[in-house]
Amino acid sequence: MIKIDHLVKNYGTNCAVDDVSFEIAPGEIVGFLGPNGAGKSTTMNILAGYLSSTAGRVMVDGLNVLDEPLEVKRRIGYLPEQPPLYLDMTVEEYLIFVYNLKGCTMNRTKHLEEICDVVKIKDVYKRVIRNLSKGYRQRVGIAQALIGNPPVIIFDEPTVGLDPKQIIEIRNLIRTLGKDHTVILSTHILQEVQAVCDRIIIINKGKVVADELTENINRVADGNRRYRVKICGPQREVMSMLNDRSDISYVEALPARDGEAYTYLVESAPNIDMRKSLFYTLAQKGWPMVGMEALGMSLEDIFISIVDKTGEGERVRKPGKARRGRSATDAEKDLAQAIIDSTAEAQKNIAPYEGED
Amino acid sequence: MPTYTMFAIFKKELRAYFISPVGYVYTGIFLAAAALICAYTTIQQASYSTTSYFQYMIFTFIILIPLLTMRLFSEERKMRTEQLLLTAPVSITGMVFGKYLAALSLFVATVLVSCINFFPLLSYAITERSSASSNAHVGPVGGQVLGCLIGVILIGACFIAVGLFISSLTESQLSAAVITVAAIAVMILVGIFNQYIGSTVVRTVLDWISVLNRFDRFAYGLFDFSALLYYLSISGVFLFLTVRVYEKRRWG
Repeated sequence: MIKIDHLVKNYGTNCAVDDVSFEIAPGEIVGFLGPNGAGKSTTMNILAGYLSSTAGRVMVDGLNVLDEPLEVKRRIGYLPEQPPLYLDMTVEEYLIFVYNLKGCTMNRTKHLEEICDVVKIKDVYKRVIRNLSKGYRQRVGIAQALIGNPPVIIFDEPTVGLDPKQIIEIRNLIRTLGKDHTVILSTHILQEVQAVCDRIIIINKGKVVADELTENINRVADGNRRYRVKICGPQREVMSMLNDRSDISYVEALPARDGEAYTYLVESAPNIDMRKSLFYTLAQKGWPMVGMEALGMSLEDIFISIVDKTGEGERVRKPGKARRGRSATDAEKDLAQAIIDSTAEAQKNIAPYEGED
Repeated sequence: MPTYTMFAIFKKELRAYFISPVGYVYTGIFLAAAALICAYTTIQQASYSTTSYFQYMIFTFIILIPLLTMRLFSEERKMRTEQLLLTAPVSITGMVFGKYLAALSLFVATVLVSCINFFPLLSYAITERSSASSNAHVGPVGGQVLGCLIGVILIGACFIAVGLFISSLTESQLSAAVITVAAIAVMILVGIFNQYIGSTVVRTVLDWISVLNRFDRFAYGLFDFSALLYYLSISGVFLFLTVRVYEKRRWG
């Protein structure tokens, strides 16, 4: 449905998008992820025809954006970062204007009614947009993108500034839309992608650094290597015992205490299940283990470590991280590296684009 | 060029004038100013000549046209709504023309409505004609009025194109308005002041942007084809520049 081929966008000497290539199949919901300033919005703006590219080719439904801009625009519904609303119009006036602007030919009343049903703005239909809350404005923005029933819908950070309930509603809405539209969603919230998208494309410093199906990442990330263990016993001695074991790559004493049990964060060495032997060792020593909980990997930390590895990390590492006393663990770093490598490999295999222009 | 989208923008802009107070302010000031000028230049001077009425009217455009054009693009840019227009299946030319025609229509409409100022003149003329014995023509000259109307509308069309262009350059309505006031003032006043300039070269150059000089022949009731071309090309040039501003921003 969408094919982006070696896309480059320069602002003066500043390179916002640097040789980005990917393809999106019809009906896919793709999450476009990256830190602020990574080039997400620029890529989406180029796709939507708001900006032009410096080099490369963008094809939508087999049509080149440069050759047939109007036809391409007709196939794309776009919700920019800030919904493009005329504040002094009512919702009705606004939607009718957009309907006319897009030159739609279907039955207007019926079409607008359907859209209002989908995004649930019927009760504010006659109200002036200026007086609507942020959540409703966002929905009117989404309604605007849906007018004309375009096969491709692009959302640029659709849930920013909404309350948790609204966020869930919008996510459900996007999932519903994904059934019969191709949806591209940009965000810097990872859970959002995990919750909504079939596929994640991570972009950093203008380059695609990861391109993976969400289920693949989830599956690998669920692979248990990290545990929270509660052990009754002298903390210092338990720590030194854990540190000495070769099948444990990382140990950290956590502040939580449960009666006489101390809590530890333990990460096993790759490809080793150390749970049984740890249990027996502890039993031998007379330090009963009263709890063990598998933690799985945090997708957020995988993301941060991907971004860190592919650019200078200062911009993304949150200041709160250091205080929490935990950065990406080895397992997460390994997975991040694996994703980066496989993406780099795949990117290499994309045939170079011979520009006709 | 798809005309339906252009029409959608045209309608929206025309409506926007009267959703906000600016359309009423513009219409009110225009009609009040026209009525005052008419009273001073004809009735109080005991004259049927409408030339100076139209000439003074052109001076009011310094304030009035910026009211019409200041928000056309700057507002869209500030509110980010231009993203909607530029990602909709509309050509940039269609967008610019839609907005231009909206401003122009409101302008032409007010100019035509202001023609009610001639009714008192006509009624004077009718009374005077019935009492006058001679066959001499009494009352406003039809050709002169028509010529002036066409001239005024052409000049307005130029100024609106200039204002539209300036509005596309900035996000702030206020700076768009101030710059447009200055630009229109220069285009009008240069015709008055360049007779004091000694150098022929400078005078010729300044004459190119003098909108007022070309109005004279319309004022005599003559249809000046070269002036028509001049006004149309000034409008065309600024509309073209506006389109270019948007194209350049896309490529920038």
